[in-house]
Amino acid sequence: MAVMTYREALNLALREEMHRDPRVFLIGEEIGLYDGAYKVTQGLLKEFGERRVVDTPICESGFTGVAVGAAMLGLRPVVEMMTFNFSILALDQIVNSAAKLYYMSGGQYSVPMVIRGPGGPAHQLAAQHSQSMEVYFYHVPGLKVVRPSTPRDAKGLLKSAIRDDNPVIFIEAETLYGIKGEVPDDPEFTIPLGKAEIRREGTDVTVFAYMGMMYRALEVAEELAKEGISCEVVDPRTLRPMDIETMIGSVRKTHRAVVVEAGAGFAGMGSEIAAFVTENAFDDLDAPVERITGANAPMPYAKNLEQAKTPSKEKIIATIRRVCSA
Amino acid sequence: MALDSIQLIELYRKMRLIRRFEERVVELVNRDEIPGVTHEYVGQEAVATGVCVALRPDDVITSTHRGHGHILAKGGDPRRMMAELMGKATGYNRGRGGSMHIADLSLGIYGANGIVGAGAPIACGAALAAKLARSDRVAVSFFGDGGMNQGVVHEALNLAAIWTLPVVFVCENNGYAISAPISQMAKVERLAERAAGYGMPGVAVDGMDVLAVHAAASQAVERARTGAGPTLLECRTYRFVGHFTAEKARGIKYRSDEEVARWRERDPLLTYPQWLRQQGIADPARVEAEVEALLDEAVAFARQSPFPEAEEALDGMYAVSYPGLPARGW
Repeated sequence: MAVMTYREALNLALREEMHRDPRVFLIGEEIGLYDGAYKVTQGLLKEFGERRVVDTPICESGFTGVAVGAAMLGLRPVVEMMTFNFSILALDQIVNSAAKLYYMSGGQYSVPMVIRGPGGPAHQLAAQHSQSMEVYFYHVPGLKVVRPSTPRDAKGLLKSAIRDDNPVIFIEAETLYGIKGEVPDDPEFTIPLGKAEIRREGTDVTVFAYMGMMYRALEVAEELAKEGISCEVVDPRTLRPMDIETMIGSVRKTHRAVVVEAGAGFAGMGSEIAAFVTENAFDDLDAPVERITGANAPMPYAKNLEQAKTPSKEKIIATIRRVCSA
Repeated sequence: MALDSIQLIELYRKMRLIRRFEERVVELVNRDEIPGVTHEYVGQEAVATGVCVALRPDDVITSTHRGHGHILAKGGDPRRMMAELMGKATGYNRGRGGSMHIADLSLGIYGANGIVGAGAPIACGAALAAKLARSDRVAVSFFGDGGMNQGVVHEALNLAAIWTLPVVFVCENNGYAISAPISQMAKVERLAERAAGYGMPGVAVDGMDVLAVHAAASQAVERARTGAGPTLLECRTYRFVGHFTAEKARGIKYRSDEEVARWRERDPLLTYPQWLRQQGIADPARVEAEVEALLDEAVAFARQSPFPEAEEALDGMYAVSYPGLPARGW
C-alpha cells in the first residue's frame, strides 16, 4: 500500500494497463508533449512513445470517432477529454457510435474504449467548464458511467474500465486530483464496475453522494453524529449500472435516504437515485427520499455566486435533520 | 492496374446486382414487406463498384445512410441484407440495425451509418489501428456531397493528413443533399479542391464511368497502402431516384425531368454493358440472369426467415454481462 494523489493513482493505472496490454493506447489533446492539461498522463509519452500516446489537434468529435474505429479493429483506446465539458462536442460519436455499435451490429463488433477526464464544478471555472456531465451519459444504453471519489477508486476503477469490453465514461474531478490516499501496489488490484462503497456506516439515514459531495457528506455525518443522528454515507462509484444490493441494502437498514448532488437537480442523478430507491424499497422508507442538489442554473463565476449554486453543508444538515425527524 | 476480362465482367455483375437489389427493395417497400426508411443507390453504382473492386477483402469501409451499394460491392451477402431490411433474425444485424446500419465485420464493412459524415473518423481510427499494427490494410470512407459540409469530415481529413493515414475519402457528389443543390451549399466547383487545404491530393473523377473510378481509386488505394497517406476522391455522380423510397409517392420534386433524363443517358448500367458487348468481352444477358437468380433466392430467404424473439430486444447491449445491466426500467 502506497500513499499517493488521485492524479498519481490515475497515472499509475494507465501505466500499468499499458504495460499489461499492448492494445491500450492514449489519445487526446495535450496528453503527450505537454503531459496532459492536468498532468494525468505525465511521463507516458517518454515511456511508451508516440505510437501509444497520440497527441491530437483540437477536434473532440474527430478523435473520439478515431478511437471508436480503432476499438472496432481491436485496440483499446483511452480518450482524454481535457475537461469533460468538451465531450459535448463528441456527443454524436459517443452516443450514436460507441454506445450503439455493439447492439446495432447484432454483436459483430464491440467498442472497448474509455473516455476519461475531469468534470463537475471546480474553482470558479464558470458555466462552460463546471458541468456535471455524467447526467448526459447515464441515460444512454450501451454506456457505463463511473465517478471515482478516492485515489484507491481512481486506480481500481480505471483499470477495470480499460479492461472492460464496452465503452466506459470515466469522469474525474479537477478538485480531487491533489487529494492523497492509500492505493494498493498490486498491479492486479482492480475494483469491479457497478459496486457501491459504504464510506461511513450509520443507522438513521442513508446519504448517497459521490466525488466532492461525498467528502462534504462525510463532514456533515461527523457533525450530525454529535447531535445523535447516525448517517450512513454510500458512494455509488458507478452510476450505470447502479449497485442495487449495496444501495438498497443500506436504505432497508436506515429506512431513510437523501441524495447530495453537485449538478443541477432537475432530471439529475438524484432524481434517478430517488426513483431507484422508491421503486425498490418503498415499504422500507419512513420518510420521502429528499435531494440536495445544485441549483438549476448555469454555474456563475463569482465565488459567492458559485457557492450559492452548490449544495452547502448547512443545507445538507438541515435536510437530513428534517428527514430524520419525519 | 489493368483489369482482365473476368474482372471486367465482375464490375458489371456488381453494378447490376446493386441496381436490381435496389429495384427489388422498392417493390418490397411498396408491398409493405420492408418497413422503415431506405435510401436507394440507383445511379451511383459505378462509384461503389469501382472503389470496392480496388480493395482487398481485409480492407475496411465505412458507409452511409445510402449504403446498400457499398455493402454489395464489398461482397455483402444479398440474402442477409434482404433479411435485415425485413427485420429478420437471419439479417446481418439480427434485425437490430436495418437499412442504415448493415455491417459485416468479416468483410471489413464497418457499418452503414445513419449520421451524415460519422463514418469518416471511424475509418481514420481503423486506419490508425492498421498503421499501429504495422499492417498494410487500407480504410475507405464513403460520404456524399452533403457529408462534405459536415464538420467531423473536415476533422477526419485533417487527422488523416497529419498522421499520414492509409485512408481514401470517397466523396460521392450526386449534386444534392436531399434537395439542397451542392452549387448552393459549397462555393467551390470541385469538392476535390478542398483536399489542398489539408495537404493531401484531391482527385475529381467521372462517377458514371466505372473504369475511370476504378483507375482513380486504385491509385489512391495504392498510395494509402504504401504509406504515402490519404487521398480525397470526388466522384461526380447522380441518383436517378429520390432521396428515399417514398419521395416518388409523395410527389416531391426539386430536379427537372430534363436534368434527370440527361444523367440517365450516362447510366453506367446502359453504357457499360454496351461497351462489354462491343468489345466482345461478355454477353451481359448471362450476368443479368445470374443476378436475378441470386436476388430471387435472397428475397425467398428473407421471407422465410423468422423475426427475432421479442425478448431479444434487451439482449446484446453489452459485450460482457454485468449485474444491473441492461437497466430494466428502474
